[in-house]
Amino acid sequence: MTTHLGAPVVEVSGLVKRFGRKSAVNRLDLRVERGQVLALLGPNGAGKTTTVEVCEGFLRPDQGTVRVLGLDPVRDGAALRVRIGVMPQGGGAYPGIRAGEMLRVVASCAADPLDPAWLLEVLGLTATARVPYKRLSGGQRQRLSLACALVTRPELVFLDEPTAGMDPQARRLVWDLVAALRADGVSVLLTTHMMDEAETLADQVVIIDNGRAVAAGSTHQLTTDDPDARRLRFRARAGLDTGALAATLTDDCRVDEIEPGSYLVAGRVDPQVVSVVTAWCAEQGVLAEEIRVATRSLEDVFLDLTGRELRA
Amino acid sequence: MTSFEAGVFTPAPARGPLWRMVAVQARTEAALALRNGEQVLLTLLIPLALLVTMTVLRLIPLPEPRVDSVAPRILALAVMSSAFTGQAIALGFDRRYGVLKRLAATAVPRWLLVVGRMLAAVAVVVVQLVVLCAAAVLLGWTPAVRGIPFALGLILLGTLAFGALGALLGGALRAEIVLAAANFVWFALLLVGGIALPAGALPGGLDAVVGLLPSGALAESLRSALVDGMAPGWQPVLVLLCWGAAGAGLAVKTIRLS
Repeated sequence: MTTHLGAPVVEVSGLVKRFGRKSAVNRLDLRVERGQVLALLGPNGAGKTTTVEVCEGFLRPDQGTVRVLGLDPVRDGAALRVRIGVMPQGGGAYPGIRAGEMLRVVASCAADPLDPAWLLEVLGLTATARVPYKRLSGGQRQRLSLACALVTRPELVFLDEPTAGMDPQARRLVWDLVAALRADGVSVLLTTHMMDEAETLADQVVIIDNGRAVAAGSTHQLTTDDPDARRLRFRARAGLDTGALAATLTDDCRVDEIEPGSYLVAGRVDPQVVSVVTAWCAEQGVLAEEIRVATRSLEDVFLDLTGRELRA
Repeated sequence: MTSFEAGVFTPAPARGPLWRMVAVQARTEAALALRNGEQVLLTLLIPLALLVTMTVLRLIPLPEPRVDSVAPRILALAVMSSAFTGQAIALGFDRRYGVLKRLAATAVPRWLLVVGRMLAAVAVVVVQLVVLCAAAVLLGWTPAVRGIPFALGLILLGTLAFGALGALLGGALRAEIVLAAANFVWFALLLVGGIALPAGALPGGLDAVVGLLPSGALAESLRSALVDGMAPGWQPVLVLLCWGAAGAGLAVKTIRLS
């Protein structure tokens, strides 16, 4: 083993990858610790797949260094691929092969694979084990692809958009699987454009946009670190004078009526602010209902950093 | 808490034995080729139909017994159909469906994928040989026994050469274009590439070119081996080697995983 406990399983620094004149990834840093789940979160075209494919050795970096399990993915690709599991975006199989056969082909690469029949059952594919790949639905292909990534008992798995095209039940199953992998000491690097997925699964989140990491940290850090970024929400009758309310608060607080009767105070929301808001409402003769102070969601973080909707 | 027993996914990565990977690859790809309806049409049914019609119907003048000169040409056609056209189309769609990338991401070494494909191509040709030779024998075929070892060597060489060309075509272009081009080339070589008609029966000037095509080289040398019991001359062997080497060399440079 060239890695020892404590060393990160993926270490990317200053990665640049260009296609023609367009840079898909621009000076990206990334670090996955052993046994952790890192989510690369960003909209379509942000550079997530490119980053993952560089880590898998499919693409050669233009600049920067990439070490995966202590190996150079391009130079030591053969040694690396024995130890990783890969779920490529959109899957991959012979068009005419039956689902069960494909899993057994991949299982044959490993000395001691998981039992393919068991894995098919876990992923709800037993009934489709004899269906040719080209006749599987998108969600079934994704589940087969996930099975192929896991069957060789890898120590690190790359899951590129693992739940794309899946129904909510299958997504739950994948989340459960990723949690089980993590519990068993498998490191995971996954990409997603879904906030709830990153929030649920990841120890670390790297938000990526236009090939750059715009934020990185644990979900907790990203959403709570900043005391200036708390939000107070409340409901009251529509049409309150938000300007007047803002005037009673400190300068770093913003007040908006985000939809009729639903108000948002953003900024340095401390106990004093809560008290001022409720008192001001009382002066107006209205009852502030559903008062809730919350930290930002990852979605808010992304919106704040890029000014764009993630799902757009 | 997850619904999985603790430790079921505990990492234990290790590469499986190479012989098993080769066997699985070859068996899988051969089985896929043999149960794909369009492939079977191309590799077995059309050669079989041509074998019967060219033997029974006297459309082209041939020495008696007709089946003796038809069978070697049909064997050349069979090799071209599976190793070139079938291989190219399968590879084109395999790439479309992402299987090359899928397999390249596993512990299977890249060279093993190539060896697996070659063995699968040879296995399919063996099935074709058994079926077509049996049919030819039923039609009264009596090959020159002395030429059979030469014929087997030529068929193996032809399979590898056409396979390399099929990989070149199927590895670089979009699946639909591969489909059209592979079928077009098959048809062209069948008609004027020295397979259906001997070089001498083609319009003037073509006969010299036909000897330099892999189709013409294979068909002509198989005919002289199986009809006259003659060892192949250096020319057809060299022609097949050159096409094979050029195809393989270019394919390695141009192949794309998806």
